This record gives sequence, structure tokens and C-alpha cells, in this order.
Amino acid sequence: MVKLDFNIGDLHFRNPVLTASGTFGYGSEFEDFIDISRLGGIIVKGTTLEPREGNPSPRMAETASGMLNSVGLQNKGIDYFEKHIYPGITKYKTNVIVNINGSYFKEYVELAERVNSLNKIPAIELNISCPNVKKGGMVFGTDPSSTRKVVKAVRAVYSKKLIVKLSPNVTDIVEFARISEEEGADSISLINTLLGMAVDTENMIPSLATVTGGLSGPAVKPVALRMVWQVANAVKIPVIGIGGIMNAADAIEFFLAGASAIQVGTASFIDPQVSVKILEGIEQYLERKGFTDIKDIVGYINKE
Amino acid sequence: MGKRIEILKLIDNQKLNKDSFILELSGREKLPEIFPGQFAEVKVEGSPDTFLRRPFSVHDINYGENTIKFLIQIAGKGTEALSKLQTGDMINVIYPLGNSFSLPESNQRILLIGGGCGVAPLLFMAKFLKEKGFTFDILLGFRNNERIIEYDEYMELGRVFLTTEDGSRGEKGFATDHSALGSNRYDKIYCCGPLPMMKAVASYASDRKIECEVSLETLMGCGIGACLCCTVSTVRGNLCTCTDGPVFNIKDLIW
Repeated sequence: MVKLDFNIGDLHFRNPVLTASGTFGYGSEFEDFIDISRLGGIIVKGTTLEPREGNPSPRMAETASGMLNSVGLQNKGIDYFEKHIYPGITKYKTNVIVNINGSYFKEYVELAERVNSLNKIPAIELNISCPNVKKGGMVFGTDPSSTRKVVKAVRAVYSKKLIVKLSPNVTDIVEFARISEEEGADSISLINTLLGMAVDTENMIPSLATVTGGLSGPAVKPVALRMVWQVANAVKIPVIGIGGIMNAADAIEFFLAGASAIQVGTASFIDPQVSVKILEGIEQYLERKGFTDIKDIVGYINKE
Repeated sequence: MGKRIEILKLIDNQKLNKDSFILELSGREKLPEIFPGQFAEVKVEGSPDTFLRRPFSVHDINYGENTIKFLIQIAGKGTEALSKLQTGDMINVIYPLGNSFSLPESNQRILLIGGGCGVAPLLFMAKFLKEKGFTFDILLGFRNNERIIEYDEYMELGRVFLTTEDGSRGEKGFATDHSALGSNRYDKIYCCGPLPMMKAVASYASDRKIECEVSLETLMGCGIGACLCCTVSTVRGNLCTCTDGPVFNIKDLIW
């Protein structure tokens, strides 16, 4: 048996395979396919203070080894989450983490306070990196002083584990990771989607109604891996790698580069069982390589 | 009723015309109970450019033989790759997905309207209705004589009206131009086809206060309600075609 567990501070995760926000619904969508309690954690879809309808259609375009989306944080808001989702979702024997988003500082703070009072939610993922909303989102994650301000403000009101999800749409990702750590983040997750676009040549119009959207899937993996490696070498808090992970080998690349955990995103669209397959594949890899603890391979390529 | 992911075996790839074909698949396990209007997300093997699954409504199902059919039109690289599959190939599908057409009431006069490849879910619906003892008319619209799909199959199920855009067979024009819509009265319409056709049918139906359900096609990410990519505008807000649809009552749609 290999040890797969990891911690963010004193928050224990059974294993390092989590599912990325916006790709796993509220978990229930996947109940027919996997036992969700086997996962290390699930990060539920991006939640805002007020309900949001998201962007107009089309909101998705397939691209080479990936896809663009411009969903725009469609969700029913925190009230609905508290009343209708929270009671059911906490039946999963895994860490259920809420991804929070705001248009204004106050919105992030108010949301963090609300989620802080939900006993069975042990952590939030602070989304300062959504590229698909006009206000807020990525704006907070691409300007260092805004990142500092929002992380500090949320930290002041949120007493449980704070994960900051970074945007790759910056020149120096390390700067944003360091700022988050300095302001009290317990963990960094990266990357959110890369801003991109596609054009429908037949109809001679943008493929997405919003013109631009977020690129995800295997196409972004090398970029994600590079950024995770940079950040893991720059901060002391655990780093959660996200970006184009389709199988166990992809996940292991992230561990070797310095990630303590990973999130499976777009891959779940193609194979709703993939998160559990990745978990099993990681275990097999460690056994085959003769490791007894996943911690022994975290950052392996960075060791002397 | 649970969704499942399963590898089915291709037992026949039947070419209908230059860009339409029917994949007939069989499973090792007993097929799940499926209702007309429901669909499957099919993984496209052997096509490196195709990243996501492709959604197709169930065209026909035979529980006795344990086989299921999908009627597919080549529209891009994914469907192109699927058209080249051969007997014996294994295909990964997630199904059954989405909602289904509602059952009519016993006294309702029923019309099924299909356009082009949009006839896909209607054959299944027609067989289902017939099995339940309903009688109904079927109105089919195609571009021309060469594009007519499965006309004979429908003839066995009900009274069939036909249009072609160029008049090469049946009445000339679009499905909604057919004289049967003027001379007959209906209480319930089930429709699937190109968006402009469905909108025309919806406006015909709502003008006459006829109940009408349409099966929508949108680009989909996951097919199970997780990604929120396939939404349509409805009176209840943006809803997913994959889980709240693909069948919608036209009263709910903001068209």
C-alpha cells in the first residue's frame, strides 16, 4: 500500500486527486459513474453572491486538443447553494470545497463570510482568474495590487483553509503566488483557463458569442506544468496543479514538477470516470517505481 | 434510471446517401431502457482533431436483438471519422442521456415533423407511439429526392406527407409549406430538424395553440449537466440542452 494522503495545514485529504471547479457540477452529475467519496476532494462550480445566468450561446468551441468555454459563472447564487445544494453535497465522504467569485471586493468578502459559516465546507477556492466575466474575476488575478487586496480581505474574514486559484494570463505567475502566500493563503491552485478565441470560417463570425473564452484541455498542459513548476519552487505552501490532465501520467508530471495535489478538469467531460482512473494509475505508478509515499515524488525533478 | 458508460460493438455502418449513415451497435450487457428523444454521447476514436464526444439522439432500439441505432449526418471531422467505422469496431458511449418526448393524451391528433437528418429521433418516437396504440401523421421535409431518408419505414407507421425543397418528390417547398398543415387539424406536434424549420413549426403551432415539443441540437461539452456549455434561453433562465432537454416544450423557449 502506498500513502497518497496530503494536507493543507491541518486539513487532511485522503488522496491528491480533486476535481476542478466548473467541470464537475455539484458532484451529483457524476454519481452514476463513480463513487465520489473515493476522491481527495471536489471543488464545486463557481459560486457568486447573486444568481447568474452566464453568457449567451454559443459558449463552447472545440479546438485542437482542447476546448474554449465562455460559460461566465452561471450559477444559482449562494442562497440557493446553502438551501438546496449544501445539505446534499456534504453526504460525500470527501472534502467539498466551494469556489467563490465576485465582481467587487465586498462580494468576495461577503461570500467568504457566508461559506465560513457552513460547517462542513473545510476550504474555499478563491477564484480571481475567471476570464469570462466582465467585472471582477480575472481582473483581480492579473493586477498584483488587486490580488493582494482581495486575498488579504478574504483572509481576514475566512478562518478555514484558503486556496487561491491563479490566472495564467499574466507575465509573471510567481509574483501572484508570492503575494497570495504573503497575504495568508494556505494553498495555491493553478492554472485557470488561458484566454483564447476561435473563428467560424464558414459563417465568418467568432465561434463564441463573447468572442473570447477560456482554453482548457491537453493543449494547455505544458503551460500549466511550467507555471506549477515555477510556483512550487517559489512558495512554501502546497501547490495544486490544474491544466489538461487527462490520465495518470499527466498527473504524475505535475507531482514531479512540485504539485502536492492535482485537479482533473475538462477530462471529466470526455470520461466521467477519469478522476478515479487517474487515482488508480497514480497508485500503480508509485508501486511500480518502488515509492511508498506520494510525498517522495512531489518536486522530485527539483531536488539536487 | 442510471446513465452508463459502455463500449458497444459496431455491427453495421449503413450508408444512406453521400453524407448520412446509420451506425447500428450492440452491447454485451442488456441495453438500458431508453425513451424517444434521449441521446448518447459518442466518443470519436481515431480522430486526433476531435477532442469532445459527439451527441446523437437514439434513432431506433431493438431490445430483442439488443441493438441500438444512431442516424448521423457528416458535419465535421468527428462525424466524418465515425462514418468510416467498420463492422466490429468498438465504440465508447455514455447513455441514455437527457429527457424524452412526453406521451400524448389519448384523444389528441398527433403530427410528427422531421427535417433532413432531424428525422433521427422521430423514427424511434413513431415506433414507440405505434406500440402504445396511438395513430399519427408524419410530415417529412428534405432538400431533394436524393436526401430522402427512410421514407418506407415511416410509411409502415402512419400517414406520411413529404416535401422536397426542389420539388423532386412530394410537395415542393419546406415541411411547413405542406398542404396537410392547412387541411388537417392537430393537437400535438413533435418536431426535430434544422433550427429555422423548428422555429417555423413552433410559430405555426403557437398561432393555433397546438402543443408542440421540439428536440434541440446544441454544441455540447459533457452531456451530463456539468459544464453548462449547451444552454438555451428559456422562460426559466438558461437551461442545459443535455439535462433539461434535448426535448423542450416551445412554451418554455425564448425564440
